[in-house]
This record gives sequence, C-alpha cells and structure tokens, in this order.
Amino acid sequence: MKTGTKTWSVPVFWGLVILVACVLPFVVSNYHTFQLTLVLVYAIALLGLNILTGYNGQISLGHGAFYALGAYCAAILMDKASAPYWATVPAAAVVCLVAGFLFGLPALRLEGLYLALATFALGVAMPQLLKYHALEKWTGGVQGIVINKPDAPAFFPNMGLPLNPDQWLYFFTLAIMLIMFILAWNLLRGRIGRALVAIRDQHIAAEAMGIHNAFYKSLAFGVSAMYTGVAGALGAIAVQFVAPDSFNIFLSIVFLVGIVIGGLGSIAGAVYGALFIQFVPNIADEISKAAPWAIFGVFMIVFVYLMPTGVAGALRLITRRRAP
Amino acid sequence: MRKALLFGLMAAALAAPAMAQKKYDPGATDKEIKIGNTNPYSGPASAYGQIGKAIAAYFKMVNDQGGVNGRMINFISYDDGYSPPKTVEMARKLVEQDQVLFLFQTLGTPSNTAIHKYMNAKKVPQLFVATGASKWNDPKHFPWTMGWQPNYHTEGMIYAKHILQTKPDAKIAILYQNDDYGKDYLKGMEDGLGQKASMIVAKASYEVSDPTIDSQIVQLQASGANVFFQATTPKFAAQAIRKVYDIGWKPVHYLNNVSISVGSVLQPAGLEKSIGIITAGYQKEHSDPRFANDAGMNKWRAFMKKYMPDGNLDDNFNVYGYGVGQTLVQALKQCGDNLTRENVMRQAASLKNVQIDTLLPGITISTSSTDYAPIEAVQLQKFDGKRWELFGDVMSSAQ
Repeated sequence: MKTGTKTWSVPVFWGLVILVACVLPFVVSNYHTFQLTLVLVYAIALLGLNILTGYNGQISLGHGAFYALGAYCAAILMDKASAPYWATVPAAAVVCLVAGFLFGLPALRLEGLYLALATFALGVAMPQLLKYHALEKWTGGVQGIVINKPDAPAFFPNMGLPLNPDQWLYFFTLAIMLIMFILAWNLLRGRIGRALVAIRDQHIAAEAMGIHNAFYKSLAFGVSAMYTGVAGALGAIAVQFVAPDSFNIFLSIVFLVGIVIGGLGSIAGAVYGALFIQFVPNIADEISKAAPWAIFGVFMIVFVYLMPTGVAGALRLITRRRAP
Repeated sequence: MRKALLFGLMAAALAAPAMAQKKYDPGATDKEIKIGNTNPYSGPASAYGQIGKAIAAYFKMVNDQGGVNGRMINFISYDDGYSPPKTVEMARKLVEQDQVLFLFQTLGTPSNTAIHKYMNAKKVPQLFVATGASKWNDPKHFPWTMGWQPNYHTEGMIYAKHILQTKPDAKIAILYQNDDYGKDYLKGMEDGLGQKASMIVAKASYEVSDPTIDSQIVQLQASGANVFFQATTPKFAAQAIRKVYDIGWKPVHYLNNVSISVGSVLQPAGLEKSIGIITAGYQKEHSDPRFANDAGMNKWRAFMKKYMPDGNLDDNFNVYGYGVGQTLVQALKQCGDNLTRENVMRQAASLKNVQIDTLLPGITISTSSTDYAPIEAVQLQKFDGKRWELFGDVMSSAQ
C-alpha cells in the first residue's frame, strides 16, 4: 500500500509545484521574477554539480569555471556573431560538455582531496584567463560584455498573452530547466546512474562488476560541466552582462554549499539548494551590514546541524514518518 | 451632493498651486528622499565597504540637523560583494521594489558597467558613481550616469602637462596595468602630450596575475628614459618603486593617485626609496600639518568623533565618503521641492563652483549638461620621506 500511495503522490506534488511556478511571475513583481529566474539558473548548475559530487563522489571546487565558460559562450555568440539568444544555450552545452570531458580525463588520476585541489586551481585561474589580453578581442577583457535582453516572441502578444521580457525569460529558463531535470532523472535512475553511484560507493567493487570506471567518471565530468554551462548561458542572458569578476572562486564554493544544503545525491535537492544560495545571502545582508557572511555562516551551520542530509533528505525523512 | 462637489472643486483649486510646486517621482515625499546604493561589504574588495559606511554616517548627521529642505534622507545600501550579477540584482531591487528616487555612489567599474544600460533605460539617475573610469562622463549616450572623483584619464593628462612644463626634453617610460584602468591612464598621458606624444620612448604592461614586474622595469630603464610614469595598483607600485631604486635608475618618478597610500605602498617599498615621487591629490589628508586647523577638516573631525567614533582617521575612505555625501546634499538642496528624477539629474549637472570641506583648497565641483566630470582639478604632491608635500598650483586638464 505504501508504495501505492507514493507512486501517485510524488507526480501530483511536482505537478503542483510546476503549476505554482507557472503562475508566480504573474503575481509577483518583475524584480522578483528576475530573482526566481536566477533560482532556476542556479538549480540547473547545482544539478550539474550534484551529478558529479552527489552521485559520482568526485568533489569539484571549480564549477564556477564551467559556469563562466557557458556564460561567455552565450555572450560572445550574441555579441560577436549576433546569434539569437536561444541558440546560444545548446552551443554552450556542447562546448562545456567537451571541456568537461577533456578536463575529466587527466582528473581521473586524482582522487578525493587531490581532485578538489585540481578543480580549485581551475576555478581560481578562470577569471584571470578571461582577462588574458590575447583573448580580449572576444572576451572584452575586464570590461566584460554587455548583452541585450531578449523580448518575448511575437506570437505570445498575438495570442493575447502579453509577456514582458522578465516574464518571458523566466518561462524560457523554466522550460529548459524542466527538460534538463527530466533528462537527469532518466539518466540517473537507469544503468548509468547505478554505475555512477556504484563507483562512488566502492570503486573497486564497481570495476569488478564490469563498470568502466574511467569512462563513467569522465562522462560524469562532461555531463556535469554541460549542465553548469547551460546554467551559465542562461544566467548571462538573465543578467545581461558577463565580466571576469562575476565568476570568481567564491561562485564555485557557493555551488558546493548549495548542493550540500540542498541534499547530496538528490535531484530535487538542487532546487532547495538554489533557493538557499539565492535568498539566504540577501537575508543575511538585511540582518547585518557589518558581517553578512558571519550570519550566512550561522545559517549554514544551523541547516547542516538540523538537516545533515540536506533539505531533500530531511523532507524525505518527514514524508516517510508521516506514511503509516 | 452639489455642495460636496463644490467643496471638492474648491479644495482642488486651493491645492493646485501647491501641487504645481511640489513634484515627486517614486522615492520622494514631503517627509523623505529614498536613495539606493550598492557597496562591497563582503568579498575581495570589502575594504571599499568603508565608503558606504562613511556615507551612511554622513546622512545620519544631515538628518540630525534637519535633513535636506526638511526631508529626511533614507539611505538604503546593499552588499553586492563586488560581483556584477549581484549588483544587477540589487540595483533592480532598489529601483523596482524599494522604489528609490535614484542610485548614488554604486561602487566598482565592473559593477557599474553591469547596470549602466539598465539605469539609463529606466531613466533612473546613477549618480556620482565610485569609480574613476572615464566612461561615466558621457552625457550624450548615457545622460543618467555621472562620476565624481577625477577620472584616470584626467589624471594622466595632468601628469603630461606637468612634464611638458618642467622637463621639455623628457623621454618617458610608462608601466601600466593591462586593463581599462591602466589604459585610461595611458590614453590620458598620450592625449595630454598631444603632438609631443613621441616623448614616450617605452611602454610596458603587466597582468594583475603576474608575480613580479622586475623584467618590465629593467626593460624600461634600458630605453634610456629619464621620466617614469606608473599606472599601477598598490602591490605592483610597491614592487616598481623598489626595483627602480635597486637598479640605480633615477628618473623623475610619477605615481598614480590610486597607489599613494603610505602604509600599504610606500612603507613596503621602503620610505627612503620613495623620496621624490610625484603624484596628484584632490582630498585633504588628516595627517597633513597644513590642515591641522583647517575649518573644513575640523568639521570632518567633529563628524568623525560623533558619528564614526570607531573610524580610522587615517583612512582616506572616510574623507571620501564625507565629501561625496556633501556633494549630493548640495545637488538635492538645489532641487528644492521638485524631486523628479529628471530634475535631480539636471541639478547634479548644474553644480557651480561648489566648495566641499574635504577637497584641497582651490578645488571645487562644477558640472554642466555637457560636462559630467565633477572634480577635474588636482594638485601635485611630492613625497619627502615621511608624508606627501603639496606643491605648485591646482591644475586641471582643461586649461
């Protein structure tokens, strides 16, 4: 019986969440719509990192670099090649997939903390690479690139549904997020997902079972980078500006905070983590101007202490207790 | 019914003249003026956050003294951690949710670049931004954005002018940081020299990521230059000063205003190695004996004592915050009861020889609809081994 109630309650719950997500931009201000768009963007990025860290057990402290790569892909394509904004998202996905896979190959030799250090180096180096003067022609150096905000396609107003640019961008991001989440869900609950988890839990046993460790680990890196790159491209379009200072090492660390708070190894955890990294710093800033990060730290400790398996884990626990 | 209507009409007729005098945009009422700001209170550039705190303290003093034309200033300042996406978010929050009348002193070149287009599209003033890039002085394309401090380009031109006056046979070597900041200086120097730009015999640049600049200095010395100008940030300025001295090169040495801190640049480089360096200043220094009994600085000291009792008197940022706050209050006073965004911008662009307590004697603030650069004059100063000594007249690039 228990499984019976669960099978229908979960889709209904997420259906409701998506319904609320569709109504929200019509009831809140444009500014809040913009904030929610950023939440969706971060959710995609966190899901990417979660595939790598949560499911495959490889710690990355440099995912801000892939986010930056995706953002710059979108910005350069729009600015230099006058590409339409929607076309930049798949382009960023491909570029980051390749970049992530290639970075994953040498990273294979590194385990745990050593991998964390290698990716940390990538995260630290990224802003400086973006400032490099040989690339300035494309990247705009420290000045960065300003991009235009896309308008809603003409058929929405024609259908009697006038969307302002903020609302349109929100729905555009939401649609991509849903696609990315469904893809991840499909990927992770099947053969590949089980292989990734097996490697995380006991890589020697996994190898003995016939799982090609090297291939799966690189694949996880590539897919993870692709997700983060897509998020970067969407983030750049939403913020309308990219600059090296937007993608410092702190961004990578915040991503890691996001997946731990949201819940490692959980798809829904990415959404909770995104809400946390988007809104908690603002709350902290309102509580204290003198030490916003100290307040942020307190929040973090409270969350980790009360919910050691992340928000997703805590919710799972609650629903399990409720069920008779 | 008719009576009520008549009353209503009379009341409207009576109120009309008052309505005509008082004009408000969002953020302004009879009681208050709401002003938005972003500052890096956290993150790598959090040292600058002191400016935001000094401004908040200054407005508190203004409010205690009765406000501006009877209206209290409500200063809302958010942390953006020097991250441009965060600045965009916070600027949108200030404009769309908090409904401020305008943004003031948003800090940082990349952060202001990120909101430059947005503010101008929204027609909300982005007033007296805290960065020295020259692009804020572009009233034709960005009529809603204005800088405050002398910009890097102006400063470069002033050094060029001084070189032309004092050393007509100069051979100039330049070291600059390879970004918009360093290039602004370089261009200022070249524009200032004008037809004599060939006096520049060598140029070398460095990246912020470079560990040292020793090889650049050696290369510049080899050019045979007798004047050395560096447009650098503090760490590299200290390295350059030491290296120039150590290899026995004795040029006339110009150092840009950003890196003139005695504590964080000259001391690490060696005070005796810094003697004779020339730079440009525009603010009074608390430690300068010339201003020990200066009326303006005494007002600033009284402010510090009452409103920032824990503040460091040697921290330039406290002087800066006071000065820019005073500039804004003058512009708001000129607005009278017409507090529309358009009028705020118009008044900010009609400052005429405004005296600021903390600016050097002879330096005043003037703007016009075609000149969005409030402070354009500086005075040269030379390091005597202990402190900066002002010399010569106040100079501006205009004359």
